[in-house]
Amino acid sequence: MTGRKVLMDFLVTDDSHTLAAYRARGGYEALGKALEAMRPEDVTREIVDSGIQGRGGAAFPAGRKWQGIDPHDGQPHYLIANADEGEPGTFKDRWVLEHDPHALLESMLLASYALGVRHAFVYIRGEYDRPWRRLDAAVEEAYAEGLFGENILGSGFSCDLFVFRGAGAYVCGEASSLLGSIEGTRAYPRNRPPRMTVRGLYQAPTVVNNVETLASVAWIVRNGAQAFREIGTEKSPGTRLISVSGHVARPGVYEVELGYSWAKFLHEDCGGLLGNKALKAVIPGGISSQVLTGKDAKVLTPGAVEGLTLDHEVLRAAGSSLGSGGMIVIAEGTCMVRLLQIMLRFYHHESCGQCTPCREGTGWMHRIIDRIVAGEGRPEDIDTLYHVARYNDGTTICGLGDAAGYAATAMLDNFRDEFEYFIEHGRSKFGGNLECR
Amino acid sequence: MKHLIPEFEHLKTRLPPGHDATLLVPCLRRIQEDRGFIADSDIDGLVEYLGVPRIQIEEVLSFYGMLSREPIGRWHLQVCHNVSCSMRGAERLLDHLTGRLGIQPGETTPDRRFTLSTVECLGSCGTAPVLMVNEAYHENLDPAALDVLLQRLD
Repeated sequence: MTGRKVLMDFLVTDDSHTLAAYRARGGYEALGKALEAMRPEDVTREIVDSGIQGRGGAAFPAGRKWQGIDPHDGQPHYLIANADEGEPGTFKDRWVLEHDPHALLESMLLASYALGVRHAFVYIRGEYDRPWRRLDAAVEEAYAEGLFGENILGSGFSCDLFVFRGAGAYVCGEASSLLGSIEGTRAYPRNRPPRMTVRGLYQAPTVVNNVETLASVAWIVRNGAQAFREIGTEKSPGTRLISVSGHVARPGVYEVELGYSWAKFLHEDCGGLLGNKALKAVIPGGISSQVLTGKDAKVLTPGAVEGLTLDHEVLRAAGSSLGSGGMIVIAEGTCMVRLLQIMLRFYHHESCGQCTPCREGTGWMHRIIDRIVAGEGRPEDIDTLYHVARYNDGTTICGLGDAAGYAATAMLDNFRDEFEYFIEHGRSKFGGNLECR
Repeated sequence: MKHLIPEFEHLKTRLPPGHDATLLVPCLRRIQEDRGFIADSDIDGLVEYLGVPRIQIEEVLSFYGMLSREPIGRWHLQVCHNVSCSMRGAERLLDHLTGRLGIQPGETTPDRRFTLSTVECLGSCGTAPVLMVNEAYHENLDPAALDVLLQRLD
């Protein structure tokens, strides 16, 4: 087992996502408690004290983000749940949307109360059809019982929720860019400052939180910040939903208590690698987090007790990140050059085109890697890839340009010999294998 | 698009007043779902209904991958070819599809039955490889399961 639970603490059945089932496991009690006995700032205080860090990728303390808004300043404020889950390898928010949508809705009501929000949004990626159907049904259930709309539970607090479906753009997962999408324009990321809590949606103070981050709010208000802090590590409290894919025996979404042994998670909970292959590498948190070799991560073998644990600080110290929680497991015999080709094609395709270093740089890197894979690589190509990747760092408005560079340099750092081999021989050292054979 | 206006009006009730442009992407998506693509007359209708400039609608249309200005096939087959799906057989799946349909990604069969596309990560990596057929995900696919699926799409 992967430690204590905050979100996956119930049995998934055919109707466990419904309002009745959510209420039966204590759902909406925290909302009742807050509306009756807490001031908005008391709710924010609980979130600050819980120490919960954002679960979308950047791990910024959620409570500190909320403190950027004064609920009593008389202007409109907005709350947006970022459900534009598009980071390759990541499908954990989908679990919340499909199986526990009311945890998200109750949490959004609590957050709206805390932040003085009258209109809240869920920005859900356009391709998520089943998750949207589940969420939409949950919203209608909640409206029918007076949990949204005017004067909720007779408290005088009113809040509406709009479920906004995206239309296919990876960049919308970037919090400031989805504001443009909701405003009816192209989704271009915005320069900060001003922070979104100062000037966000419709130029008003706005909080954008990841689905998983928000969905934990109801648990924190129900059980208290102290109870949350008892889970996980001192610096990384709570749990993370980790979505595991690639060459792994039991892929899927797991809730992992922060500080849990990575080796144990991989080799026991996830059943180890497909066909008992040896581990070559792991991408810990979506392809924008730096790849780690199995050796560096010290998670090569099942009993690796000295290996890394899954928490924000440890991964950061190892030169990578828990990122979006999208863990991709890569077996020995996989061609890393072709994997990087897919990643660079992706960044090129999804660059929104606003900033020159990202728009041009991802295109250059894509063309160079295509040339290498076509057997026409040149000796200087590796250096050129490094040069372009580093030029992206810090020169773009949003983090996606940086991320493309980090992903590329980490692959080159760790597997340089494979790139050199491909360029020298005009073919893959591993037969171009992507699948586990 | 005029017959969809009552639906759009309902959506408006949950929005803050004065921000009708917020409905642009939702309206375009709904029209596309209804007609299969966005026609010139739809753009005219939205200029009038939302009070949004035509250029803004054109900009939005050319930005988002799911919005189309041209009619496509009855069944839109979208193969994810990102990292996790490729590691679980997406390339074989795509080869099988191009062979069976006789078209390449981005093309439509002459009988307008199928349009084939490749897409980036659909968030279905734990059940890879995934194929999206219109709105529905078909997960854990292999060529044999794909053949069974294709037969059902007439």
